[in-house]
Amino acid sequence: MTGAAPRAIVIGASAGAVQALSDILPRLPADYPVPILVVVHVPAAPSGLTRLFAAKCAVAVVEPDDKERIAPGTVYFAPPAYHLMVEREGTIALSTDEPVLFSRPSIDVLFESAAESFGPELLAVVLTGANEDGARGAALIEQAGGSVLVEDPASAYAATMPAAALARCADARALSLDSIADHLLGLGAA
Amino acid sequence: MDAAVTNPPAGNVEDIEIQLLLEALFLRYHYDFRHYARTSIRRRLRQARDQLGFPNFSAMQEEVLHDEDMLSRLLDYLTVQVSEMFRDPSYFLALREKVVPHLRTYPSLKIWIAGCSHGEEVHSFAILLHEEGLLDRTIIYASDINPAALEIARSGIYPLDRIATFSRNHQLAGGKSSLADYYTTAYDRAVFDKKLRAKVVFSDHSLVTDEVFTECQLVSCRNVMIYFDRPLQDRAVGLFRDSLTRRGFLGLGSKETLRFSEHADSFTDFVREEKIYQRTDA
Ligand SMILES: C[S@@+](CC[C@H](N)C(=O)[O-])C[C@H]1O[C@@H](n2cnc3c(N)ncnc32)[C@H](O)[C@@H]1O
Repeated sequence: MTGAAPRAIVIGASAGAVQALSDILPRLPADYPVPILVVVHVPAAPSGLTRLFAAKCAVAVVEPDDKERIAPGTVYFAPPAYHLMVEREGTIALSTDEPVLFSRPSIDVLFESAAESFGPELLAVVLTGANEDGARGAALIEQAGGSVLVEDPASAYAATMPAAALARCADARALSLDSIADHLLGLGAA
Repeated sequence: MDAAVTNPPAGNVEDIEIQLLLEALFLRYHYDFRHYARTSIRRRLRQARDQLGFPNFSAMQEEVLHDEDMLSRLLDYLTVQVSEMFRDPSYFLALREKVVPHLRTYPSLKIWIAGCSHGEEVHSFAILLHEEGLLDRTIIYASDINPAALEIARSGIYPLDRIATFSRNHQLAGGKSSLADYYTTAYDRAVFDKKLRAKVVFSDHSLVTDEVFTECQLVSCRNVMIYFDRPLQDRAVGLFRDSLTRRGFLGLGSKETLRFSEHADSFTDFVREEKIYQRTDA
């Protein structure tokens, strides 16, 4: 990481996601300068997640409509049963394509599209989870020159997802949730 | 693909190849995907390339220009057929509770289901209208660009393992009967009653290249326009507007909106949370 703020942050989380995100998102200030796109796999509808985090975050937390323009100070949660992607012109693109690795929304699908839209100006964060979603996408982000932070598998609620991402990304850094939050806050201060 | 993923990707070989392929499809077959949302069309073309075993899109283009069978295989990648009966049950509940009372005031009804895929949405409408006593006076126009999908829609046959979801959705949509009243089973298939389709006109119609063909009281076009870019969405919404009667209704997918449309002024929110709009008097 050079310290320069990226143009966007993408986050993927699965089993244990609510707890992990609760350690990060509520710490961000309302005027946080970088938009954040989040894919979470949860049995409960993500709309519940949006409400939950909207209540405890200073940043805006929304479940976007198709073609919405991505703006700073905002966290975008993938809507239930839709893949969340970004277009190169910086707008949200949703799709109801088949699930990938049994998941819709899919972390890989978000990461791949973000890699192509933001290239080196992208930061990816892979959090707890019991599957391998996100590993392929994180590798693409690295190839495109972006950076990847991974929740330390040793302290993660479910280690499989962070471990898979670390295995695929040579330059990814494994950090505690606290350090990940500090890092994101640092980008806001820069 | 790896090194080419930089920003901005002007002159990117893959982009050029995709554009040429879409141009070829249009010139040769009049299927126009040139203004579909780029990110998802690129994703699906890559799937097609890998699964059909082409080294690149230029090779794919050559094949599809010379072999018509390749067109129908490609169409299955280019058009997404994911659907469900009573998908988003709250949408159908809102239609039943808030729109049906208005529809009742018409002696005869026309409804257009654009992008009907395998017909799950068509059957949902037919069942709902039957339960509300309106089916007899309704004609449903069901359109799509994928001929194979339309064929399945016409048959009304679905795999039995999908029925549990369909039934659950039907109940959540305020179903007044059991879904089992509408189909018979044969082997591992559910065959829906052809009476549901007696007043359905299935047709090959593209929101990109074709024009308005009827006047109707309700258009339902769900999860189709997410695959279009903004100007193309405007074209489709323009067709819907021109097709709707005064105070006619337009229903979109749960994450689609007219907020970004140049025709937004021609509609007002009718059931906001369900993306049901009403045509304003022009
Ligand atoms: C994801 S399905 C939606 C099915 C259903 N409406 C629903 O929401 O469950 C999208 C459908 O749109 C159709 N489609 C794509 N482009 C179209 C066009 N230009 N005109 C009409 N239909 C189109 C596809 O063939 C596909 O059947």
